[in-house]
Amino acid sequence: MNSPGKTSLVFSPDAAMQKVRAGLGRRYRAERRFRRFGLAAILLGLLFLALLLISIVGKGYSAFQQTWIALDIVIDEQQLDPTGQRDPAVLATANYGALVKDSLRRMFPDVTGRSEKRQLYGLVSGGAAFQLRKLVLNDPRIIGTTQHIRVPANDDVDMLMKGHIDRTLASSRRRLGDDEIAWIDRLADENRIGKSFNTTFFTAGDSREPELAGIRGAVVGSFLTLAVTLLLAFPVGVATAVYLEEYASRNHWTDLIEVNINNLAAVPSIVFGLLGLAIFINFFGIPRSTPLVGGLVLALMTLPTIIIASRAALKSVPPSIREAALGVGASRTQTVFQHVLPLAMPGMLTGTIIGMAQALGETAPLLMIGMVAFIVDIPGGVTDPATVLPVQIFLWADSPERAFVERTSAAIMILLGFLFLMNALAVVLRRRFERRW
Amino acid sequence: MESIMAENETIAGRIRIAGPDTKQTGEDLSQEISETVGEITVSNPRMTCRNVNVYYGDKQAIMDVSLDIGKNQVIAMIGPSGCGKSTFIRCLNRMNDTIDSCRVSGDIMMDGENIYAPGMDVVPLRARVGMVFQKPNPFPKSIFENVAYGARIHGMANHKDELHGIIETSLRKAGLWEEVKDRLDQPGTGLSGGQQQRLCIARAIAISPEVILMDEPCSALDPIATARVEELIDELRERFTIAIVTHSMQQAARVSQRTAYFHLGRLIEVGTTEQIFTNPRHRLTEDYITGRFG
Repeated sequence: MNSPGKTSLVFSPDAAMQKVRAGLGRRYRAERRFRRFGLAAILLGLLFLALLLISIVGKGYSAFQQTWIALDIVIDEQQLDPTGQRDPAVLATANYGALVKDSLRRMFPDVTGRSEKRQLYGLVSGGAAFQLRKLVLNDPRIIGTTQHIRVPANDDVDMLMKGHIDRTLASSRRRLGDDEIAWIDRLADENRIGKSFNTTFFTAGDSREPELAGIRGAVVGSFLTLAVTLLLAFPVGVATAVYLEEYASRNHWTDLIEVNINNLAAVPSIVFGLLGLAIFINFFGIPRSTPLVGGLVLALMTLPTIIIASRAALKSVPPSIREAALGVGASRTQTVFQHVLPLAMPGMLTGTIIGMAQALGETAPLLMIGMVAFIVDIPGGVTDPATVLPVQIFLWADSPERAFVERTSAAIMILLGFLFLMNALAVVLRRRFERRW
Repeated sequence: MESIMAENETIAGRIRIAGPDTKQTGEDLSQEISETVGEITVSNPRMTCRNVNVYYGDKQAIMDVSLDIGKNQVIAMIGPSGCGKSTFIRCLNRMNDTIDSCRVSGDIMMDGENIYAPGMDVVPLRARVGMVFQKPNPFPKSIFENVAYGARIHGMANHKDELHGIIETSLRKAGLWEEVKDRLDQPGTGLSGGQQQRLCIARAIAISPEVILMDEPCSALDPIATARVEELIDELRERFTIAIVTHSMQQAARVSQRTAYFHLGRLIEVGTTEQIFTNPRHRLTEDYITGRFG
């Protein structure tokens, strides 16, 4: 209750308004400047992202096509199965390479001389023999017939067809000499050479020959490793978060645990690889380079991420829900598992998916536990030797053959595709379950 | 001061004014409030509290309060903000256990047992002493599930028909049945504020408690919803014992039979509602009721 004479204003309303108007221009200019900076930052980031994607896709898209050469192969019974008994053991070990070479000689009868013939045979991939073997073993009735088969071309031929070999260079400086190029041109005239979708890339395991190399082994290995990681990290992480958040009393020990968990989230991942090497492989004797030990190492690495995300999700459940449940006579465990956990689950799942996406791209710890080996077989279980996609990329990037350059980029595209899908799934889940109360 | 004195003399009855000044500090207070004024005991108590002290860490929030909660009665706890009435009522069903730094001493007896005895199981206690909170907090589940949850976990219904019966009865008693009977599977959070609070009351009475504690149940509601809830409290009185904390003196006067006045953690005065509001015996009670502070 002030007396009317005493006022608490510093300025008269008009003077105040003048001051406000005078400052407005500066304020709006500052805001515009800030918005421009923000926009520029976003555009710069997008530019770098575009450069990255364009360079990878530009190098990698050609890997999705593979050159084939059509051969008429006479499946000579005398070569394969002289006794005519169709014994699988005999058929399995017969010399199919000879049949392939025969068909090539027949197509180019003017090629004589040993080194020239070797060059001719080198047009076709070494896998042609294995392809023929598979056909014969599948259906022995084709023995004695002539088959028109498309076999994969050698990787140098593939590179020529894709335009990566410069025809204008001197013959000795190219991977393919003039002879070979002449033969290839003749094949092209006869429509016996072409490109088709590279299914081998997706169905085959690793190989020293680029035209026979595929990512299937790495993808299956990644999948098995991630499965082990998820099975170990998710229950342990969620249970730890629930215990620390709902049951543990707040004292020195729990503070210490929380600090340690936060620190572990920042430890370089290669340290976990060293830990896995020292304890899981050397002490426990788990076979190296298996999805089992890879999953164990990645689980340890992902655990802090899941625990931190789960604790945040649990903290975000309003205390009124807990009070309501306790007030009706629910025990603490019933309150946590029947009320709090279902409401916190979306946040926990999001954190887990992000953790899994991180684990999918991890290379360093897995190199430590031996996944750097050259594995051709598709792993059948968690105790079979395996490799993972990022390690496969690392190994191919080291290989000298030209054809591996495009395959490395293609594998990177596949890996980025998986990561993008996983993160998109996390975003979709978060949106869908937001604010259900 | 003089005008207030004159006002007091015109109110019928005897008035004992404990001190000469209207403004007093905390130290003077403890001198004059050595004992609660009025009858803390009742003939038929449901719960009895003796020498209850509550500490939040080093700070003492409730100082030596003794009070009986009468059976099939409504007792209202009034007092200025921060006087400890919510803290006290939360002791009665041990909801203060959820607060880490809170310590309770004293005896709170129900059916001859001290509810703070070391071996006491809190779960059946809370099934017998239910609670309705200030802000309506239905579970983010369907209306049916909200009311059924308590009955389910305490195993009160053996099969579906019994459960449906319990839910219908509770919703009818809470005055909500007609409004929601066609949409029992819709989320409880989709109801209006007043309906949500009545849902929470239905949830509390579905497990047939003996005492219902209400911590300012109408403070988040509009006047019409408030009136409905007050009507409801009056009807529930026949079956349940109710303790209600309220910052509205009009509500306390309308709804309760006994009233307890708290001030800075002490129980100053307790008595029948009519006596407290027309003839308060302690000066502090009278100051609060006449609106001098609070």
